[in-house]
Amino acid sequence: MKRAESILIPFGAIAAGMIVFGIFCALAGANPLLVYASLWKAGFGSWYSWQNTLVRASPLLLCGLCTSLPARAGIIVIGNEGALVVGGLGAISAGLATLSMPPWFCLVTMGIAAMLCGGLWIAFSVALQHYRGVSAVISGLLLNYLAIAFMNQLIEGPLRDPSSLNNPATYPLTPDHRLAYFSGTHVHHGILFGVIACLIAWILVDRTTFGFSLKISGGNVRTAQLVGLPVGKLVVIAGFLGGACAGLAGMIEVAAVHGRGNESLNAGYGYVGILVAFLSRQSPLGVLVVSVMVGGLLASGGMLQRAHDLPDATITVLQGILFLFILLSDTVYGRFRTRAHINSGVKANAVAV
Amino acid sequence: MRQPPPEIEAVGISKIFGALKVVDDVSLRLAPGTFHALLGENGAGKSTLVKCLMGVYQADAGVVRVDGTPMHAGSPREARRHGIGMVFQHFTLIPSMTVAENLVLARPDLPLIIDWKAEFTRLRDFLKQAPFQVDLESHIANLSAGQKQKVEILKELYLETRFLILDEPTSVLTPQEADEVLGFLRRLVEAGELSVLLITHKFREVMAFCDSVTVLRRGRFAGAGRVTALDPERMAAMMMGEAPEGRRVDKVPAKRGAALLQLHALRAMDDNGLEAVHGIDLTVHEGEIVGIAGVSGNGQKELLEVIAGQRAATSGHITVSGELHLPTRALLRKHRFFVLPEEPLRNAAVPRMSVAENIALRVFDKPPFREAGFLLNRASIVNFGRDMIQKFSVRPPQGDAPIGDLSGGNVQRAILSRELSSGEVRVLVAANPCFGLDFKAVDFIHDRLIETRNRGAAVLLVSEDLDELLEIADRIYVISGGNLVHETTPVDADLAVIGRQMAGSH
Repeated sequence: MKRAESILIPFGAIAAGMIVFGIFCALAGANPLLVYASLWKAGFGSWYSWQNTLVRASPLLLCGLCTSLPARAGIIVIGNEGALVVGGLGAISAGLATLSMPPWFCLVTMGIAAMLCGGLWIAFSVALQHYRGVSAVISGLLLNYLAIAFMNQLIEGPLRDPSSLNNPATYPLTPDHRLAYFSGTHVHHGILFGVIACLIAWILVDRTTFGFSLKISGGNVRTAQLVGLPVGKLVVIAGFLGGACAGLAGMIEVAAVHGRGNESLNAGYGYVGILVAFLSRQSPLGVLVVSVMVGGLLASGGMLQRAHDLPDATITVLQGILFLFILLSDTVYGRFRTRAHINSGVKANAVAV
Repeated sequence: MRQPPPEIEAVGISKIFGALKVVDDVSLRLAPGTFHALLGENGAGKSTLVKCLMGVYQADAGVVRVDGTPMHAGSPREARRHGIGMVFQHFTLIPSMTVAENLVLARPDLPLIIDWKAEFTRLRDFLKQAPFQVDLESHIANLSAGQKQKVEILKELYLETRFLILDEPTSVLTPQEADEVLGFLRRLVEAGELSVLLITHKFREVMAFCDSVTVLRRGRFAGAGRVTALDPERMAAMMMGEAPEGRRVDKVPAKRGAALLQLHALRAMDDNGLEAVHGIDLTVHEGEIVGIAGVSGNGQKELLEVIAGQRAATSGHITVSGELHLPTRALLRKHRFFVLPEEPLRNAAVPRMSVAENIALRVFDKPPFREAGFLLNRASIVNFGRDMIQKFSVRPPQGDAPIGDLSGGNVQRAILSRELSSGEVRVLVAANPCFGLDFKAVDFIHDRLIETRNRGAAVLLVSEDLDELLEIADRIYVISGGNLVHETTPVDADLAVIGRQMAGSH
């Protein structure tokens, strides 16, 4: 019953969201069924569209973990975008500083720098909540703006490549210091980072004593304190690990997609990662599946504009509607059982009377 | 003049949760103007039965009649319309609001704009006839448990409840408060203004205040009668239906050892930043149970939380055998320090984790639960849980159910199994461990506490139940206003002195 619930409810929510989005499309003058057909085609219809989907899924995998790991410890993190941006900035700075070194060394340094930056960013926000009572939702949101402002400052100031005129950017990485692609595709190795991170996260939360401790603190802080768990340390570490994942997503964007640091870092993957985490009910294995689904949605945004003359932001509307329905669906867990009970009760009563 | 109380009749009520028949074909008839007791062990189905009467639950079978007409099932509003009201075990007042606001808020026909002046006049008029007085302007949060209970009852009277159901109302009260509240209700019943259905497992209250009694056992009707025709032994036999579990553990004569648990000038604030614990010094020796008696809200909660690691002390410290104690896993293990806090589901369990997982909270990071340094062995948690569930008779016996779904008594058993199973307890701190439990469970817990003491552990027992302390403690302190104000032993205890000290007149 419980298992069936955990599958039926998210899918029900997605279905309801898609119906509402269909109405939106119809109002905007497009045939909803054709829109969905296009979405499917652009996301999963061909090997080419699958590649597009996977490219977008890689940062989503990591940004999804940024919310789902701290959620295990009972803290809602929405600072993914900021962590991704500072991770990207850390990566490009480290990358540019080690360009003279062998590519593997440069990439490892970039990865470590990105994870440190993203990790500390979220750990700070979580520590604010745990030690000072400032909600991590608020601080995360504000830190997002701070990260973006910091990025603009760097790419228009100290790190700016003078040859980037209209689109300010940092100096580029050399081609051999960038993340490689799977041969014959435009899918980069970043997707591996995401998949491995999800698997590690799954083992961590589900199969280790550390994960068990997180579950205790997330489930009831007072009990965690009673049995002597270092709650503060646990939640800050969970925040750091989540932030490190988002930071790594920034590194992938820099090292595989853009080859330099620019405004495109702030492309919204962090925000969509929150959606991914909630859709997957904070389960790392769920993040694995949902990221690909949502990656497909992101990949098909342009198609809607070209094929149906829908505005560019349509795909954001769909995301927003889905997010609302997913949050709503969270409140109906466990209700179907009660409902079934009441119904059977009515029958029994009718017989008795 | 108030309307006379209705006649309530429940016929063949059954209620099923999952596979469990919690209430099985129980009938009950309450003539107008009676004080009726509903007796039964923990989990006997008392609360479920009255929730069916109240319309909080819909019975799976059976019918409730009010003055002969069947009541539409499953609607608390309908019950309210018939003048049926209930005071629940847990307070339903809003702590941040005043007494007056809470009373007015409860009115079902509250207008959009409240004429406070008129409401206050009405309230004052109402209070003139009320049996006990409360300050309308005080905030609920500042009231003691006894006062809150009184406000709950006043609220029901204010709503013109004529049939009042009370779910173990005295578990939070001092004996004097309990007598006062029940005595008042008794007078209203005698005046023909009210019927009362009292859920309890205290025979003293049944004998002193009730006219008639219905006994439930495992969801079934186990007997009924007029109180004058019964005695506690007969009622206990109805409730238990079998020999009590295990033999009572005898207290071996006190052989007080070295000082073990010591509190040194401990100070702590309450949630509002006011000092609630004013520098408490206390020593508990090996092989003794030290009790702390007091009316709730005198700093016990904060003191306990400091000892349990749930609240930081503002100054002072705790030692075990002279060594500094901090609530870290390493020191808890080294000092073999265990705690049974009050409200176990809130303070000592993770409600949505399974019973087996909750039982493993102290040991999950030690082999055999920990493998290869960091991996969790789930199978051994399940096995360990199964053993403990059997040893401590936790019901239902499935270890994979969320602990939050268990009844209060069974949550306490599961937590006991975790805190006491190791058999190597050196320091045990317990707070109201028997709160809201039936006497079988109470005996079980007292036996475990005495056993622990007999093995040479230091036991600190904070309890609002003075009888409990007089029964099992070796020394008793009285806490009042955040200070230990009185020390005595059960043998020398003078109840009048203790009562005065508890009340703060020292």
